[in-house]
Amino acid sequence: MVTINELHRYGRTKLIMPGTSACPGCPLQLGMRYLAMALDARFAMVIPAGCSSVIPGAAPYTAFTVPVMHVPFASSPAVASGLRRALRIRGVDGPVVVWAGDGASADIGFASLSGSAYRNEDIIYILADNEAYMNTGIQASGTTPPKAWTTTSPRGKTEGRKDMSLIMIMHNVPYVATASIAYPMDFIDKVRRAASIRGFRFIHLHAPCPPGWKFPDNYTVRVARLAVETGMWILWEYNQGKLTISSPSVPYKDKGRRKPIEEYLKLQGRFSHLTKEDVEVIKANVDKQWDLIIRLTEIYR
Amino acid sequence: MSSVSSKYVKYILSRPMAGAGGKTGTWRVHRPVINAERCIKCGLCWLYCPENAIDWLENKTVTVDYDYCKGCGICSDVCPVGAVTMVKEGVI
Repeated sequence: MVTINELHRYGRTKLIMPGTSACPGCPLQLGMRYLAMALDARFAMVIPAGCSSVIPGAAPYTAFTVPVMHVPFASSPAVASGLRRALRIRGVDGPVVVWAGDGASADIGFASLSGSAYRNEDIIYILADNEAYMNTGIQASGTTPPKAWTTTSPRGKTEGRKDMSLIMIMHNVPYVATASIAYPMDFIDKVRRAASIRGFRFIHLHAPCPPGWKFPDNYTVRVARLAVETGMWILWEYNQGKLTISSPSVPYKDKGRRKPIEEYLKLQGRFSHLTKEDVEVIKANVDKQWDLIIRLTEIYR
Repeated sequence: MSSVSSKYVKYILSRPMAGAGGKTGTWRVHRPVINAERCIKCGLCWLYCPENAIDWLENKTVTVDYDYCKGCGICSDVCPVGAVTMVKEGVI
């Protein structure tokens, strides 16, 4: 595992230039910084429409220090596939990374994502999941958790959520993992491990959004950490046929060691309307998800 | 606009530059102030700063770039020893 002393060499390097257009406390910038640290800022990035295409600021300047291609919503994996092949023809062997939000991955761009995954294109796909369409004003997406407030679900979302990472395993890709912005070392390790493999690699990054989830700006990391500690977000890794639960999530296999889910829910305004029965439903969902993941670790070993 | 930037406009390219979104330090309501005596030089505030406005220097102390710090307060929240306090702007 990478240590913070190893990262000290980036202490004065601006991997993302300061002065971006992101909201204060934005988790996407954290994720992008860790991504740049993991790959030593040597990669090309493809970004579909979303918060991440607004963050770099106004032309002719950008906050990103790596080559970035801004593409229409549904085309990012297709563009990245072509970019990868073009780079290989020119003799460049750096990774091509798609940095997409949940709307561009789970809903609008799902067809091209699924297509490039089944063709096993040589790209790294990072789904930065802030659980709604935050850039256009907090509309519910396919990965918004049930009961959560959004502007299109004012009394709580009635549908369930898509489990994107498990869907990607079923595409028979070599590498799928979940990560959280509160555990940067875990995320950096996973990106580095993914970069050492060829084929389609998928990382699902949990990114709590302060304005969209309605919590104070300074709680971004705290909320992300609580999501793991309460068991709402499970960190695991599927590497070429073997599924393991990652070290930050290992203690929470045991139900008794998880923090109460209310601690996670009460910090967020989007869950402020929940009744006791709703909380029980969410708890049951969490237990079900853990059962599924633990059973999958026994199947894929 | 300078000749360098007009060249990039011609090819629809942007180049990296601090402050592409403006001087974001003006958004700040609360300013992080680091107490150097309490600081244990762990670097967590640097690691978790979304804006990259904190530098982790060679001697492992930290400095804040107040031109771009948006004052989100994550550094104060993650500091294990409470060495970062958020002070209302205008009062130092």
